[in-house]
Amino acid sequence: MIDITGLHKSFGSNAVLRGVDLNVETGTSTVIIGGSGTGKSVLLKCILGLVSPDQGQILLDAEDVTRAERDPFLAKFGMLFQGGALFDSMPVWQNVAFRLLRGSLRKPVEEAREIAVAKLARVGLGPEVAGKFPAELSGGMQKRVSLARAIAADPQVIFFDEPTTGLDPIMAGVINDLIREIVVEMGATAMTITHDMSSVRAIADRVAMLHRGKIRWEGPVAEMDAADDPYLRQFITGAAEGPIETLR
Amino acid sequence: MILTAPLAAIGRSTLGLLAAIGRVALFFFQAVSHILRPPWYPREFAVQLIQIGWLSLPVVGLTALFTGGALALQIYAGGSRFNAEAVVPSIVAIGMARELGPVLGGLMVAGRVASAIAAEIATMKVTEQIDALVTLSTNPMKYLTVPRLLAATLTLPVLVAAGDSIGIFGGFLVGTTRLGFNEVGYITNTVDFLEFWDVASGLVKGAVFGFIVALMGCFHGMSSGRGARGVGKATTNAVVSASILILAANYLLTELFFTA
Repeated sequence: MIDITGLHKSFGSNAVLRGVDLNVETGTSTVIIGGSGTGKSVLLKCILGLVSPDQGQILLDAEDVTRAERDPFLAKFGMLFQGGALFDSMPVWQNVAFRLLRGSLRKPVEEAREIAVAKLARVGLGPEVAGKFPAELSGGMQKRVSLARAIAADPQVIFFDEPTTGLDPIMAGVINDLIREIVVEMGATAMTITHDMSSVRAIADRVAMLHRGKIRWEGPVAEMDAADDPYLRQFITGAAEGPIETLR
Repeated sequence: MILTAPLAAIGRSTLGLLAAIGRVALFFFQAVSHILRPPWYPREFAVQLIQIGWLSLPVVGLTALFTGGALALQIYAGGSRFNAEAVVPSIVAIGMARELGPVLGGLMVAGRVASAIAAEIATMKVTEQIDALVTLSTNPMKYLTVPRLLAATLTLPVLVAAGDSIGIFGGFLVGTTRLGFNEVGYITNTVDFLEFWDVASGLVKGAVFGFIVALMGCFHGMSSGRGARGVGKATTNAVVSASILILAANYLLTELFFTA
């Protein structure tokens, strides 16, 4: 379980997180929604230790993440980055097997390659893709490779940062379905950041809306449409008029 | 207000400069501490040996060849004013080994390698590849900085040695084909006057310059701003700062080696 209490983070005078409280139960898929600049990515980066929070506590299975030993702690996580973040200097299979070729999860090269090819197959890519470089792939294929890398070491927790950004609606649907299938079959805990409401409905068990650095609404996805929170309603409907200030 | 504005500007610039020196110093100590502690990435190191060392050889070699030739012409022209044309082989050899080999080699590698390192790492930062490395339990300082620092520090003396040889050969070609020197005499003159420390001091300089090139490339790459502008600025700053530091370090090392 991920237990976040009173999390604050500022960059200079810009207070991004202003007391985030959130529980993510083990094996559930939580989607965090919210406008641009509300601190969704910062929240994920705080959990991973990429950004140090100013105040508050983050517990993973009752262990304070700031005190956890880094290598074994990070080995529990997989992450799909918004732009894929594939290493363009190495072929696809080495990207997928990156964690299996070094560090505490190191395996023999042949075994690591076999696992990489199997994970690529799981995300719908054939073995012919393994030897290509990321720059040779389309955006959708790069997302799939990034997804394969995120699940390569069978992590307990997977983060998805805007998994469908930049994809056409059909490819976005395919990626959403893949994420849902993989999370269910692995029994992993998932946290997803997205603006895409079709992703929310396809991926989420629970939804949390982040607004002005705090969790504005949180609940099961089935209750989202019936919720009477005006901020959530405006976000779901995409209305220009409402309590969320918009620039015109 | 108007009178104090220039003072305020000087103060801001001074503070900015001191902050930059502090950041570079911290980066330097972090990098050195990571060099000493495992894990190490030998494959990355081998790749960088090729990228930084082997692929810089044509640039350094051509620079040295033309510089050696031009040096021979200049020394001949200058020496002829007081009937000292015979010193061409020895001055070309000493000039190449002590100064021009390491300095021009360092500057050419700064142009080729510091820019490439800064652009690569800055692009990795902008596209979240550095964050991805961290989430994959890999320390970017160990994986990106240490192999480049070690490879540049070890390969630049080799490049300098090659550059020295090629530069002296350039002087030999010009001396024997354009200036009327006897081939055997030119070589004998070169070998007789060149001392061990002339060559060794250049190689030590090369190692220091290699470290500077990689340090500046990695530092500016890692601390780059966002977007294409951030990558471009990081690349420019890496080349400029590496070049200036090479020239400053060259003066200090020359003081240390030849005036003590």
